[in-house]
Amino acid sequence: MKTIYADNAATTKMSKTALEAMMPYFTEIYGNPSSLHTPGQEAAEALWQAREDIAACIGAEAREITFTSGGSEADNQAIISAARSGARKNKKHIISTAVEHHAVLHTLRRLEKEGFAVTLLDVQPDGSVTPEQVKAAIRPDTCLVTVMFANNEIGTVNPIREIGAVCREAKVLFHTDAVQAVGHLPINVGEMNIDMLSASAHKFHGPKGTGFLYAKRGVVLTNVIDGGAQERGKRAGTENIPAIMGMAAALKEACANMEENTAKMIAVRDRLIAGLSEIPKSVLNGSRDHRLPGNVNFCFEGIEGESILLLLDDKGVCASSGSACTSGSLDPSHVLLAIGRPHEIAHGSLRLSVDESVTLEDADYIINAVKQTVEYLRNMSPVWRDLISGKKEFTIKD
Amino acid sequence: MALYSEKVMDHFRNPRNVGVIENADAVGEVGNAKCGDIMKIYLKIDNDVITDVKFETFGCGSAIASASMATELIKGKPLSEALALTNKAVVEALDGLPAHKVHCSVLAEEVIKKALQDYYERNGIEYDRTQFPDCDSCEHCSI
Ligand SMILES: Cc1ncc(COP(=O)(O)O)c(C=O)c1O
Repeated sequence: MKTIYADNAATTKMSKTALEAMMPYFTEIYGNPSSLHTPGQEAAEALWQAREDIAACIGAEAREITFTSGGSEADNQAIISAARSGARKNKKHIISTAVEHHAVLHTLRRLEKEGFAVTLLDVQPDGSVTPEQVKAAIRPDTCLVTVMFANNEIGTVNPIREIGAVCREAKVLFHTDAVQAVGHLPINVGEMNIDMLSASAHKFHGPKGTGFLYAKRGVVLTNVIDGGAQERGKRAGTENIPAIMGMAAALKEACANMEENTAKMIAVRDRLIAGLSEIPKSVLNGSRDHRLPGNVNFCFEGIEGESILLLLDDKGVCASSGSACTSGSLDPSHVLLAIGRPHEIAHGSLRLSVDESVTLEDADYIINAVKQTVEYLRNMSPVWRDLISGKKEFTIKD
Repeated sequence: MALYSEKVMDHFRNPRNVGVIENADAVGEVGNAKCGDIMKIYLKIDNDVITDVKFETFGCGSAIASASMATELIKGKPLSEALALTNKAVVEALDGLPAHKVHCSVLAEEVIKKALQDYYERNGIEYDRTQFPDCDSCEHCSI
């Protein structure tokens, strides 16, 4: 049986280019870039080249890039840095959104316990926030606005340039968690008014456990890892050179092929959305127009997400869900709740996230597999029985 | 996926006794769609013996498997045995459940008790209420 991997928002397969770029740095150029000898200096040069390559992909300068262990660390460092700078000026208010990744939300929660005030903006029904919402929430003591570029669950892309403009006008730092966007959408930090940006290599066919934080020149970073003077003293620890080389190669490749890949993914995404919309009592989550090229997210009334995933896995389709059972908590996804899906609907969610290797034929196979699975599970669901017999009212109208 | 034992996956993939019994002698339902799991069970009872049983489940893999296993464990058994079925017995019969899924087996135990309670009520049979779960005050779904 063929396996169709449609969980690229969770992580991606490493590209061959990225893997090949890493290999020499394990056994040939393995020096420590802090060392003065030739092997060390070769590693230092490679590290600088990777920094330049990555910076060029987002319109930044090499010295504005700090390598981290991934998206979570970059989010933590960005937010904590802005909070510490803010606190020095007695500005202890942070604005974010209800649908951020936990790397952002949990960092904010920690700061709240330390005495910061946090405003989490409600989102529009499509999962986005507007520049007007941000503008209205800014106070004299606001030290940071952090709004994700694109949502990892429902794929909604925010009006980042406009939100950035609002922040710039109000002289408030603007950070964006761009983990799902980097390598998939065109990004220029200067044109988009971005002060800080987080990225993670394993979301764009690079290695896991590596990422970067862009911080505009003049933005003061605070360490979250103390120790040696690596990364201009802002992030201690001997650099993971092979991973960083893999990340740079993956990002260069993703950016060079972005137009072509995006066109393929959008065709597959739209085929999936059209096909799954045919399922009765199904609803698309997220924006129809401002959406990541590879993201599809639906709720199906009357069934639960984990059982959908297990049955799809049996059919060779790898997907994910925002049900409580898959999140390991009692509540379903905070993102689906934030866009107004009731608990019982949010439990029946399915996220498919494709990359450029998924074909239109694969999409047709997935549509069929999902249709069969939904029908099968509904046939054994007491909730569905009550809905079709009229004992309960449908929540999803169509 | 190695989250579940082979037994759980077998009962999830090929659930036993799925469906509805029209004119059942007893029906029980537990759980809450808000929490993501509901079980419903239908019994045919003859001479204090469960002659047929069917179930429906809205829920995750372990909820479906727990309900399926529970129906196997009580089919053809006297009411007294069904009443004595514990969630532990369901877990053991499934070769274990992950810790955060044990509540699914609790639902399976409770849904049987609910159905038996329904049977006693319908037939005016005296029973010991303390033996039955008080679903209205159950912690399971107190979100
Ligand atoms: C939007 C978003 N932010 C942050 C992260 C965390 O990234 P990482 O896994 O590299 O720590 C992820 C990935 O899970 C993500 O999707």
